[in-house]
Amino acid sequence: MYKKYYISSKYYEVIFLDKKIFQEAIEKNKTKRPILKNSIYAFVIGGLVCLVGEVIRLLLMRIFKVDNKTANTLMLLIFITLSSLFTGLGLYDKFGQIAGAGAFVPITGFANSLTSSAIESKSEGIVLGTMMNMFKLAGAIIVIGAVSSVLFGTIIYLLR
Amino acid sequence: MSILFAFLIGGLICLIGQLLVDLLKLQPVHVTVSFVFVGSLLELFGLYDNIIKLAGAGALLPISSFGHTMTHSAVELAVKGSYLDLFGGVFQQTSSGIAYAIVIAFICSLIFKPKG
Repeated sequence: MYKKYYISSKYYEVIFLDKKIFQEAIEKNKTKRPILKNSIYAFVIGGLVCLVGEVIRLLLMRIFKVDNKTANTLMLLIFITLSSLFTGLGLYDKFGQIAGAGAFVPITGFANSLTSSAIESKSEGIVLGTMMNMFKLAGAIIVIGAVSSVLFGTIIYLLR
Repeated sequence: MSILFAFLIGGLICLIGQLLVDLLKLQPVHVTVSFVFVGSLLELFGLYDNIIKLAGAGALLPISSFGHTMTHSAVELAVKGSYLDLFGGVFQQTSSGIAYAIVIAFICSLIFKPKG
C-alpha cells in the first residue's frame, strides 16, 4: 500500500507497512535547522553591521562636518561599495552562510544580489548577460518598492 | 547612545528576518520584499521617521528603509505639487543608491570572474 507524503517541501512515497517505521522515516529525513544558533548569529552580525554604519555616520557628521542627509547617503554608498567588492572577491557568500539574515536584510544584500547576478551571467556577453540579468533578484525589491509606495502614497495623499 | 540603539534595532530587524526564513520556510527574497512593504506601510503611520531618529543606521541600513524612503519622497512631492508628482517622487531620494549600486555592480562584473 503506497501513500504520498510531503515532508518539509520534499516529496516522499512511503510503503505503508507500520506506523512505527513510518514515524522513524519521518524523523530520519527531517532536515534540522539550528534555529537558535541562526537567530543569535543573525542578531549579532546584523546588529554589528548597523553599529558600524552608525559609527561611520557619526564620524562623517563630526569630522567631515557634512549634514544629516548627506551623511546618510554617503554611509549607504560606502556599504554598497564594500558589499560589491566582497561579492566580487567571493567572500560575501561565506559571510552570508554564517550571518543568514544579517547578510541579506541590510542594504548590502541588495548590492550583493546586483553584483552576483551581473558576474554570474558575464559569460553570455555584456549586453545580453550583464545588463539584462543584473536585476534578476534585485528587481523584486524595486517592483514592490514602487507598487507599495504608490499605493500607500495615494492613501496618505487622500487622508492628509 | 544612538550607537547602542543602532545595534539593538538593526539586530532585531535581522533577527525577525532570520526567524521568518527558519520558521515559515520563506526564501530570502520573500523576506526582503515583505520588509520593503512593511517599511512603506509604517510610513502610513509616520512611525519609521521616529525609528530613524532613535536608531540612525540601525533603521537606515535594513532594506525596510528603502520602502520608507520611496513612500516618503513620493508623498513629499505630491503634497507640494499635484497628485501626478507622486510618481516623480518615488525614486527621487533612493535613485542615488540605486544608480550607484548599478554602476559599481557593472564595474565589478568587468573586473571579477565568476567563482565556482
